[in-house]
Amino acid sequence: MTSILDRDQPKSQHRHPGRQGRPQPKQQARQGKPAARRRLVVIGNGMAGARAVEEILARGGAEQFTITMFGDEPYGNYNRIMLSHVLAGEENDADIFLNSLHWYQDNNITLHAGVRVERIDRFTKYVFASNGHVVPYDVLIIATGSQSFMPPMDGLYTPSGSVKPGVFTFRTIDDTRNMVRHARLEDHLPERQRRAVVIGGGLLGLEAARGLQSHGIDVDVVHSGGHLMNAQLGPDGGAILRRSVEALGITVHTGSRTTAVLGTDKVTGVRLRDQPDIGCDMVVVAAGIRPNVDLAVLSGLHVERAIVVDDQLRVVDEDDIYAVGECVQHRGEVYGLVAPLWEQAAVLADHVTGADTSSAYLGSRIATKLKVAGVEVASMGLKGPERATDEHIVFSEPSRGVFKSIVIRDNKMVGATLLGDSRKVAYLTQAFDKGLPLPEERISLMFDLGTPGEEQGVAELDDDAQVCNCNGVSKKSLVDAVKGGCNTVAGAMDATRAGKGCGSCKLLVKQVVEWAADGAVEEDPAASYYVPGIPLDKPSLMAAIRKQGLRSVSQVFAALAPGSVEDAKSKMGLASLMKMMLADRYIDERDARFINDRVHANIQRDGTFSVVPQMKGGVTSVQQLRRIADVAEKHNIPLIKLTGGQRIDLLGVPKEDLPQVWADLDMPSGYAYGKSFRTVKTCVGKDFCRYGTGDSTKLGIEIESRFQGIESPAKLKLAVSGCPRNCAESLVKDVGVVAVEGGRWEIYVGGAAGAHIRKGDLLATVDDPEQVKVLAGRFMQYYRENANWLERTYAFVPRVGIEHIHAVVVDDAEGIAADLDAAMQASVDSYVDPWTERDDPLTPGQFRTSLPLTVLPQVPVR
Amino acid sequence: MSAHPKRELPHNLGSVDQVPVGEGRAFGVEGEQVAVFRLRDGSLRALSAVCPHKGGPIADGTIDQQVVMCPLHQNAFELDTGCSTTGAEPLQAYNVEIDAERNIILQMTERSVGN
Repeated sequence: MTSILDRDQPKSQHRHPGRQGRPQPKQQARQGKPAARRRLVVIGNGMAGARAVEEILARGGAEQFTITMFGDEPYGNYNRIMLSHVLAGEENDADIFLNSLHWYQDNNITLHAGVRVERIDRFTKYVFASNGHVVPYDVLIIATGSQSFMPPMDGLYTPSGSVKPGVFTFRTIDDTRNMVRHARLEDHLPERQRRAVVIGGGLLGLEAARGLQSHGIDVDVVHSGGHLMNAQLGPDGGAILRRSVEALGITVHTGSRTTAVLGTDKVTGVRLRDQPDIGCDMVVVAAGIRPNVDLAVLSGLHVERAIVVDDQLRVVDEDDIYAVGECVQHRGEVYGLVAPLWEQAAVLADHVTGADTSSAYLGSRIATKLKVAGVEVASMGLKGPERATDEHIVFSEPSRGVFKSIVIRDNKMVGATLLGDSRKVAYLTQAFDKGLPLPEERISLMFDLGTPGEEQGVAELDDDAQVCNCNGVSKKSLVDAVKGGCNTVAGAMDATRAGKGCGSCKLLVKQVVEWAADGAVEEDPAASYYVPGIPLDKPSLMAAIRKQGLRSVSQVFAALAPGSVEDAKSKMGLASLMKMMLADRYIDERDARFINDRVHANIQRDGTFSVVPQMKGGVTSVQQLRRIADVAEKHNIPLIKLTGGQRIDLLGVPKEDLPQVWADLDMPSGYAYGKSFRTVKTCVGKDFCRYGTGDSTKLGIEIESRFQGIESPAKLKLAVSGCPRNCAESLVKDVGVVAVEGGRWEIYVGGAAGAHIRKGDLLATVDDPEQVKVLAGRFMQYYRENANWLERTYAFVPRVGIEHIHAVVVDDAEGIAADLDAAMQASVDSYVDPWTERDDPLTPGQFRTSLPLTVLPQVPVR
Repeated sequence: MSAHPKRELPHNLGSVDQVPVGEGRAFGVEGEQVAVFRLRDGSLRALSAVCPHKGGPIADGTIDQQVVMCPLHQNAFELDTGCSTTGAEPLQAYNVEIDAERNIILQMTERSVGN
């Protein structure tokens, strides 16, 4: 690396040595009272040196120090990482400067740009610069960085000792400018395709190769390692990266050393060991970096592979000399990436300024996310398993250039590599840095599966992060509840109402509570109860109900609840379960129902109700539409809305008007309010659609006719699509049916596109619409009998497993198919349209208003 | 919602059969809305009828022997005191009983709120 003298040749450090060479009167005045501030000298004006100074200034360092910086490049401070973009022509070199010369002036920093420091006298505390300056210091920071490593090979230098023309390193802005100039220089000679050889297949080499390619140059990469980027990747990942790099048109030679640069006065080629020569007119050496330690060695500092520092970034055995960045060896590690440098600079500044004398640098966990030659690469920790007990999860898809590898030890992630798809990198980096607990289903570390089982780093959530988005409960509120003595998940949920809205956050709530209790969370016995007021899980509860012949909710409380105490929170779940179990033998006690089920409509925020008449399969008629229009007009319906389930919703109906609205409609209930079978969405189907392969509307209407209104642990939304274009969105329904060519029907279960997104699992492909109805019914009955209260199919199916469900429902592995079909048939047979209660209210005042006289927040009328 | 001395007269709201067992019904009394609940043991409770959280109709709530749950957002309130067990502001609790003619007799005097 050449040293360039600064152009103004300042004779005194009291003159600013920038290009302007402007005198700094302030500093001269300061000279009168030198005791006021200590003298800080920084050797190195790269990313580490400048960052250290920034951190020091941020801690009030300007009050404590007069600062002098030496940099052997004749510029301000720039972002070295961006040089590959400059080489590729994506960035202008002026755009990569981090601190312009004005920044040094504004902060009263004396910058000697283009000046090397040649020696440090540790005893008298002076530095000696290449331009004759001798500058005293009280505190010294060494940030000399690294230089390109030149591997030994013949013909690298001309007889005069200079590097042979056409050979470049890739380290500085001048290196980059020279390469660009050389690449463009002979553009005028189009008769010969030009070729460059990059020596080194690591990060920098690949970036150089890609950058040169953008100048229309053919590029060969010669790499001595067995695979590309062997510092970050294992052999498998390296092989896939090679495919991706070669697909870009870059030729790769691995396991191959360059033994000589050919050509007498300029480069004409390279000679490889065991391989033919490659003709070229440009050689870029990117074979790694070596710390710049000559100055430190010469000055008698402790140097091994690099300058050895302690946890305060102080050079070993020195009181007033610190070192930072790539020139540093800390606990045996020498880092060549930017992230450790940021961490080191902060700790160094804490000590130099005295802002935090307890601050310590304990080393960096290296997690890198890069775009190398257009390929996304993220790597952290181990490249592969090292112990027999290490888990190694690998996904490899060479044709797309995707490779993922994760190493787990003792349920903590200790390494990961992602190539070609870095979408999960943020989560993995957190898991790696913080040692987060990992999901049991390891594949979800690599892919978003869309199940509610996805782990979140709860420790990472901000205190005011909203955990429950329905009830606006923050992490802090939950933590406070736990600190206040709620040491069960259910207790904390009760105290804060977290998870009491749509319920989709329950897993996160559980994690936050467990984290806040720090392991002291009590095993929540109620977690397995079907409803909170009866201490039994679902199978035991159903068995007890059958054994004791219980037929109503109040009988269940009397027989099974502790102290025979009824529980409001348990009533709705019990009512649904018993109706499912007993069909028309169920004694229906209206007080056990939720208000929606008492009045067969969905309560709205202002206490009015919404009315959704049945519209099977989303198919309507002139008569229906005319009647709905008449009803809406007669009753001044404030809002008429098409629902996502292909029906028409009449909103804002007062409770007392419900019977008359139903009477005027004279249509059956659409069940848009219950924990029940809701609707079957369909597409146009083959009668009209030119792509349709199956009669989706007909089947949808038949399914809805059969299963209308049956109770279930949570709502059931279905769809039938007439072809794989899936216009009815069958893949994200609780039960979704898709017609495929050849008169066949696919049945998907467990899909969702609400609070959670999940693609349904394929349950079966059948030949016959009748078989669709049988299997859909059998699946829904199995779900009704086995799902937890309010557990949607998107949680139930992955919990039980599609293989098991397939075995039971399709293969009848447990021999219960006939029972399931019979139980479903009993439910179907006991169906009564609830809106017939309009003529004969079941309870006194069933449809009497409960609306307060006070004015309530009104739903805006459009 | 503070009670006036004049309101201490008992109000006869009519037959208890207006309120089905295990449910509640709303009554307008002296310009106040009062939710009267008929518990499964036959006794009555009365609370102000507007949920302090978001104005939900308390009379449409689900009850047991201890609490009523508002149908809108499942806030729960003690039937005896009106105090919320889910952190909401309290409801007003009123004395209510059944007389010999099986009528609902409501006292508009506030009951003490709290324990």
